[in-house]
Amino acid sequence: MDKQISVYTEESGQLRARVVRHAAIGVIKYGLIITLTVSFIFPFFWMASSAMKDDAQVYTAPPVWIPNPAHPENFIGAWSLLDFNRFTVNTVFKYAIPAVIGTLLSSVVVAYGFSRINWPGRNILFAICLATLMIPSQVRLIPLFVIFKELGWVGTYLPLVVPTFFGNAFFIFLLRQFFLTIPTELSDAARVDGANEFVIMWRIVLPLAKPALTVVALFTLLNTWNDYFGPLIYVNQEAQYTLALGINRLRGALTEVGSQELGFPYLMAVSTIVTLPIMIAFFFAQKTFIEGVSLTGLKG
Amino acid sequence: MSNFPFSFSVSKIRFKRLTHVEQRNLRLGLLFVSPWLIGFLLWTLVPIASSLYFSFTRYTVLQPPTFIGLRNYINLASDEQYLLVVKNTLWWVILAAPGGVLSAYLIANLLNTKIVFRPLFRALFFFPSIVPAIVTTTVWLFLLNLQWGAFNSVLKALGMQTIPFISNPDWVKPTIIGIHIWAQGGAMVIFLAALQDVPRELYEAATVDGASGWSKFWHVTIPMTSPVILFNLVLAFIAAFQQFDLPWLLTQGGPNKATEFYAVYLYRTAFLDLRMGKAAAMAWILFVVILIFTFILFRTSRRWVYYGGGDQ
Repeated sequence: MDKQISVYTEESGQLRARVVRHAAIGVIKYGLIITLTVSFIFPFFWMASSAMKDDAQVYTAPPVWIPNPAHPENFIGAWSLLDFNRFTVNTVFKYAIPAVIGTLLSSVVVAYGFSRINWPGRNILFAICLATLMIPSQVRLIPLFVIFKELGWVGTYLPLVVPTFFGNAFFIFLLRQFFLTIPTELSDAARVDGANEFVIMWRIVLPLAKPALTVVALFTLLNTWNDYFGPLIYVNQEAQYTLALGINRLRGALTEVGSQELGFPYLMAVSTIVTLPIMIAFFFAQKTFIEGVSLTGLKG
Repeated sequence: MSNFPFSFSVSKIRFKRLTHVEQRNLRLGLLFVSPWLIGFLLWTLVPIASSLYFSFTRYTVLQPPTFIGLRNYINLASDEQYLLVVKNTLWWVILAAPGGVLSAYLIANLLNTKIVFRPLFRALFFFPSIVPAIVTTTVWLFLLNLQWGAFNSVLKALGMQTIPFISNPDWVKPTIIGIHIWAQGGAMVIFLAALQDVPRELYEAATVDGASGWSKFWHVTIPMTSPVILFNLVLAFIAAFQQFDLPWLLTQGGPNKATEFYAVYLYRTAFLDLRMGKAAAMAWILFVVILIFTFILFRTSRRWVYYGGGDQ
């Protein structure tokens, strides 16, 4: 390469060297990015492909990357091993949706009080609200369990859902930051016209805060769908299980390699089904996900 | 500071009686934040106080707590099992938190270069962080399975020795760190947003001054994003100290207690051994350690975090 360049005049040689260098950096950069993304996504590919294998395609080396013939009937077989329909209903209707409603209602009202009304002592209380984020959940865990046990709530979804109606410090913070960016002129004008504070919140501020509300709803939905620890502590009967607890139960049943027919494919099939809604939500609401995450980071 | 535009008015009010409007606003404000206030009392203040009390008791939930003074704390100091867990946790925290932040930062920088399909790559790196831990751990357990996982199947087919990623106490530690780093897409997205906010003029000025790529990285990129590095680092440390899902769902603390981290042992102590007093003491030690750690991070950050315009 050096020899070749020396043939050219000095200037064009330099130019050529720069072009070569540029191309080399490009190749390395894209090579690196593509290698990394492929390895990041590979586990999900493996999950989906293994979900459609039979035992012969699992217990073999080298591994089968794409099963042929594929066995999509595994999805049905795996789903009916345990009562996964019921686990889905539990997760969505007993946990996720009530939690989204509770979190939205309470966090919106509280964040409004911390941002759109000017009252003495507001900032001290808000500082305390933020400070609670520093407390590790383990410190509250045991007394809360005792309280909920005394109330007879253990074994139900109440310990997971009721506290969401009292505001989530993190989402209060997120919504407050957003509410502060909405100009006060509109609400001032409405106030002069005699509108009360709830009407102003409902009619003027909330319609302008839709992006932030979507972020809160989406992340609450995600957190409840993914939550393992909460249901582990409070939900103890299989009929009440969430999907996460259900998968864990299935894993326990199929854990011994080869002891159960189609153990691995069934586990991968259920995992795929539970991941699918997240994948679909992410596909359609990617902007909300990404903006939500960057919002929390940059305003911190 | 700009977050608290009204902070001056609080001190002013102390010296004079509230006007009619201020009284009205105070009532209204308290009304709006009352859900949080009540919740704070019920789900934070009361539990924290009782947790501190429980830490001085022997408590099994089945019988009322009996006061035993500092016994729980004293016993923990000589509890070999506990000391092993502390050692495991410190090891985990010190590698996983900075490791996760560093890799997220590097990937974000890679994506911040001139590339096509940036949103696609960003989405692919981010995705593992929003999949439930029960799914990711199940898939990784299979992938890394000693007999039939993809990795070991390839090794076997190549005639090489298989690697006990999960079942060997020495291997499981790097394995769990690797899986943790894999799921740090949230930090990466935050970093990428911060990197895109760095003013282009700074890079142009540095280029005019003849700065190389490396020196631009060291003298422009890192200082300009240092507040976000600190933010992610603090979050990562706090989360790592409390890490439960990953070690519990991957290995249940094993093999041979190699991944028995603080939150796992605390859960075991409280809910499987029903030793709530001991667990409460453990939780309080964790709380204090996290506070100290965060405080130290903020103190040292004064030397390396650059706040543009001198606004802290």
